[in-house]
Amino acid sequence: MEPILQVQDLHVVFPTPRGDVRALSGVSFDIEKGQMYGIVGESGCGKTVTGRAILRLVTPPGKVTGGRVLFHGADLLLKSEDEMRQLRGRRISMVFQDPSAALNPLFTIGQQITGIMKRHGVAQGAALRERAIESLTALGLGEAEQLLCCYPHQLSGGMQQRVMIAMALCVEADLIIADEPTSCLDVTIQFQILDLLVKLQQERTVAIMLITHDLGVVAETCERVAVFYLGRIVERGGVRNLFHHTKHPYTQGLLAALPDPRNWGTTLKMIPGSVPSALELIAGCAFASRCEYVMDICRRVEPPLLPVGDDHLSACHLYAS
Amino acid sequence: MGQEVLLDIKDLSVEYVSGGGFFGRNRRRVRVLENLNLQVLRGETLGVVGESGCGKTTLANSLLRFIRPREGQVLFEERDVLSMDRASLRQQRRQMQMVFQNPFSSLDPRMDVLGIVGEPLVTHTSLRGKALKEQVTALLVEVGLGPQFVDRHPHELSGGQAQRVALARALALNPKLLVLDEPTSALDVSVQAQIVNLLAELQERHGLTYILISHSLGVVQHVCDRIAVLYLGELVELGPRQGISESPKHPYTQALFSSTPVADPDRSSKRIILEGQVPSPSSPPPGCRFHTRCPYVMDVCRMDRPAAITIEDGHWAACHLL
Repeated sequence: MEPILQVQDLHVVFPTPRGDVRALSGVSFDIEKGQMYGIVGESGCGKTVTGRAILRLVTPPGKVTGGRVLFHGADLLLKSEDEMRQLRGRRISMVFQDPSAALNPLFTIGQQITGIMKRHGVAQGAALRERAIESLTALGLGEAEQLLCCYPHQLSGGMQQRVMIAMALCVEADLIIADEPTSCLDVTIQFQILDLLVKLQQERTVAIMLITHDLGVVAETCERVAVFYLGRIVERGGVRNLFHHTKHPYTQGLLAALPDPRNWGTTLKMIPGSVPSALELIAGCAFASRCEYVMDICRRVEPPLLPVGDDHLSACHLYAS
Repeated sequence: MGQEVLLDIKDLSVEYVSGGGFFGRNRRRVRVLENLNLQVLRGETLGVVGESGCGKTTLANSLLRFIRPREGQVLFEERDVLSMDRASLRQQRRQMQMVFQNPFSSLDPRMDVLGIVGEPLVTHTSLRGKALKEQVTALLVEVGLGPQFVDRHPHELSGGQAQRVALARALALNPKLLVLDEPTSALDVSVQAQIVNLLAELQERHGLTYILISHSLGVVQHVCDRIAVLYLGELVELGPRQGISESPKHPYTQALFSSTPVADPDRSSKRIILEGQVPSPSSPPPGCRFHTRCPYVMDVCRMDRPAAITIEDGHWAACHLL
């Protein structure tokens, strides 16, 4: 069965007065129908840009300079803006990090949810209200009828985020791109939302691309993961492989840097140095300057993403064989 | 770490007056902190955890008297910070410093690093010119930044670098106590590790006492000796790191610690999922404030505030279940 989303060799560049910032340098991955896929990395790694590039919403002057984004086999990068508008919010939906910034403060929740459904012709008349209530209830929001009359500022952060997810679900999208959907929320609420997301995803076989910096969230909710570093994927595969049989020094570094109940109070293992500037043209591996296993070849040749196990790829000269 | 009390917080209550409307008709008193009692021991790292609205930042601001609590005392080495005159308070502030959550909000964008880190020295000492610059450079080196950073402005710094500058500034006057309000929340995982290690190093070198406020339980568990749990303005549990993490006794603490995502796909422990949202601080529930979300709620919980019950030495929780 063909994956619902196939990203192939995607390149995104932001021209700046000081040179071109290479936000994405040849990113490739597939998401299957109904799969929970994690995109993980630290600030500046290109994970948000990936989500935006798929929807053709890269902030100008940034632009996609190469690659293909196949959705149900058709290349989104070749579609017209009109065709994209049909797709956005309907077949591919996005849930943003800060719900209070994404919801329109001037309209009620009811108006916003029914507005989306009307716009995409998903329902009409009385069915609009019914489906809105149904979506909100599915997200665990009690008293959904009253909620329809509320304005976003009257809701807590957790409730707002649920409304955003309800909006993504009520149009029955095939793919939801969720960019840090729980980062702004408290820990106990975060877990309520993630739980719901996984449950709904399984019930409705919606594919979710979960963009996050939180490895714990990825470990608990995702089936497959791609680890980003400086606009490239350094490791990719099934979640168990990635966490238990890590085969890239950056991923290992990230996991080792996490506080762990087995070593309280000890010095946390750090990744030395810092992420190179995205303006630099790096020969060889982007991580070479910080890697404890660096070899001569790492500084000269960029390692390709190669299989290192079953459903497991890594871009590293050390592990390629 | 000894048993000597450095900071003794007694019956601290903080209120905000909210709303107004016409003729102040809708004014409401929001009790953000309610009768808080807490002691901080010299040399320890005390963690204060809780979710939004629990009052942890208000607590930090009260300790340094950035806001005026309605009631209570904050005794630093037995002198009440809240009732000092201004001259004494000025001296007192040399002993207690704060590092804020978002480093970019707490560094003046128009000053360079020399100015930022030098400001407390200029205010409180007679260091100037070359001597001042040397002292600032020494502080920067201590926090892991090279001397070339003196000329930089905040917008030229990364999150981790900015946080180090904030730390250097906080250490300039050799304080005894450092209040750290979410020092790593705005930082990436790898940078967080660097800052956590740096904090440990500095504490050892200078014999510092830390109050670490955070919602990041992983970090709190890693660095703190004792952990205090706040819910809706009240302390619900306090105890040593091991005790609280391994056998939390208050249902809220249990839920909180079970909610942290752990980087292990095979972890299959029971998650405690709390129903509902945190009530508004302007109308807290009667009886035990947690009763509206507590999975074990009983009738008494709705009516009476639970008293603090000692579980073992240094570990207590306020819950009717105990």
